[in-house]
Amino acid sequence: MDAIVQVEGLRKVYGATVAVDEVSFEVREGEIFGMVGPNGAGKTTTIECLEGLRKPDAGTVRVLGVDPQRDGQTLREHAGMQLQQSNLPDRMKVWEALDLYASFYSKAADWKVLLLQLGLEEKRNAPFSKLSGGQKQRLFIALALLPDPQLVFLDELTTGLDPQARHAIWDLVRDVRLRGKTVLLTTHFMEEAERLCDRVAILDHGRIVALDTPAALIHSLKAEERVIFNLDGGLSTELERALSTVGRLEVQGGQVTVHAQNGRKVPLVSEVVSMLTGQGIAFRDLRTEQPNLEDVFLSLTGREMRE
Amino acid sequence: MKSLLKMTWMEAKLYLREPVPAFFTLVFPLLYLFLFGIISGNEPTPQFGGLRTIDASIPGLTAVIICITGLMSTTMTMSIYRENGILRRLRTTPVNPLVVLAAQVIVVFVMTALGMLLLIAAGMLVYHVTFEGDAFSLLGGFTLSSLSFFALGFILAGIMPTARSAWVVGMVLLYPMMLLSGAFFTVDILPAAVRKVSAFIPLTYVVNLLRGLWTGQPWGDHLLDIGVLAGMLVLGVIVSVKTFRWE
Repeated sequence: MDAIVQVEGLRKVYGATVAVDEVSFEVREGEIFGMVGPNGAGKTTTIECLEGLRKPDAGTVRVLGVDPQRDGQTLREHAGMQLQQSNLPDRMKVWEALDLYASFYSKAADWKVLLLQLGLEEKRNAPFSKLSGGQKQRLFIALALLPDPQLVFLDELTTGLDPQARHAIWDLVRDVRLRGKTVLLTTHFMEEAERLCDRVAILDHGRIVALDTPAALIHSLKAEERVIFNLDGGLSTELERALSTVGRLEVQGGQVTVHAQNGRKVPLVSEVVSMLTGQGIAFRDLRTEQPNLEDVFLSLTGREMRE
Repeated sequence: MKSLLKMTWMEAKLYLREPVPAFFTLVFPLLYLFLFGIISGNEPTPQFGGLRTIDASIPGLTAVIICITGLMSTTMTMSIYRENGILRRLRTTPVNPLVVLAAQVIVVFVMTALGMLLLIAAGMLVYHVTFEGDAFSLLGGFTLSSLSFFALGFILAGIMPTARSAWVVGMVLLYPMMLLSGAFFTVDILPAAVRKVSAFIPLTYVVNLLRGLWTGQPWGDHLLDIGVLAGMLVLGVIVSVKTFRWE
C-alpha cells in the first residue's frame, strides 16, 4: 500500500511551548487514520502542518506526494479539509455554499449529488446560521468532498455533537472511505477512534506515544478483562474449581465475576461459557468488560483522558 | 474567473440580505436628500456659493455613502469574515485571496454607485436637478474616491484585532468625517480653528472633488484633491496587503 501522507520528525514550537515534537508517521491509501489525545496534545497543530496552514519548524512532510508549504495549491486542489474552527457567512444558504465552493476547483464533484448523499436535500435553502451542529458538520464534510479528493482531513469532527448526530457522522465517514478515499482525522473521543479508525496514533504532550490498530493497542495492554454473569442456583464447588483455573473469581450473592489478563489465545468469554454449558448450568445476564483505548491511554500516560 | 463571478454574485446577495448596510447605502442618503429639500427648499443659497441646496447635496451625500461603505461595510465584512473563521475556511481551497478581496470591492463599489444613482434620480425627479458636468469625469472622480476609502476600510480591518474594535474605530472616525468634511454643509460656517481640522479629514477631498465635478469644473481645478485621494489609495493598498491575515 502506498503512503498518502509521510511525516518525519515534525516539530512545531509556539514561543516557549513545544506543540509538536519528533512526530513521525505514515498514512496509507484507503485507511481511516486517527490522531487521538487530550486537548492540547498537538493533534490540530500536526494536522494543520499537513494541510499547509502552518509552517513546521523542523521535519519533513509530504502529503499526496507534495510538500504542503511549497506546493499548497496542488494540495488544496486534491485534498478536502474540514477545520476544527471555521464558519460560513450566517445568511449564506446551503446550496449557495456548495455552488460557490465548487467553483474553486478545476474538477469539482457534483454538489447536487453530495447534497443528497449527506442528507442535506431538505436543508438546501436554509441559511447557515439556522443549521444544527450536526447539519453544519455534514455541510463541512460535503465541502471537503467537493474536490473529489484522494485524502480528506477531518479535525475534531464530532466535538459538540449529541450522541445520535455523532453516530450519523461516523456512518458518513465510513461511507467516505468506502468510496476509496483516505481519511485522516483527529479526535479526543477514544471511543470514536476505536470505532472508526483502522489505525490510531495516540498523542500526548506533542509526541506520539503509541501507534497501531485499536485492537493491537488494546491487546498489547496488560489489563484485566472480566466476564460477569448471574446464577440462580448458586455456585457449585465443581464449577468454582473449574472457573478458578481460568481466572480469579469474585462472588457476590448470585453474581459471579471472572477476572483474567487480556490478550489470551482463547477468548475468556468462550472458555467461561463452554464450562457453564458443559456442566449444564443455567446462567443469566452474561456480559463482558474489556479494556478499551481509554485504558491504553491511561496506562501509557498515567492520566485520565477526560477533558 | 468563474470563481470571481460566483463570489461576486454571492457577496452581492449577502450584502442585500443584511438590512443595516443596505439601508445606510441606499435609503439613508435619500432620506437626507428629502430632509434638506424640506428644510431649505431648492433655492440658490449663498452657503454653497449660489448653488441650489439640492445640487450641492447630491455630491455631498454621495461622499457620505462612500464614507459609510468604506469605513463600515468593507471593514466589518473583512473583520467579521476573519474573526468567524470564514476566511480560514476559504484558505483550505485553491481560491486566490485576491478573488476574495476583488469580489468584496466590486460589490461595495456597485452598491455605492447604486446609492449615488438613486440620489441623482430622486434629485432629478423630485427637485428637477440638472447635471451640468461631464458624466465620465464624475464617474472617474467617484471611482477614485470610492477606491481610496475602501482601501482605508481594508487598513482598518487589517490593523484592528477584532471586528468589535474595528467597528468602534470606524464609528469614531465616521461622524467627525461626515460633519467636518462639508458633506452636509460647507465648512465655511465653522469656526476657523475647526476649519483647519477639516484639511486633515480625507472625506473633505472627496466632497470638494465630487462637488466640483458635479458642477462642471475640470479635473485640473482639483489636483490637490486627486493627489490626496490617489496617495491614500496607494498607501491603502500597500498597508492592506501587508496587514492582510487569514485568521
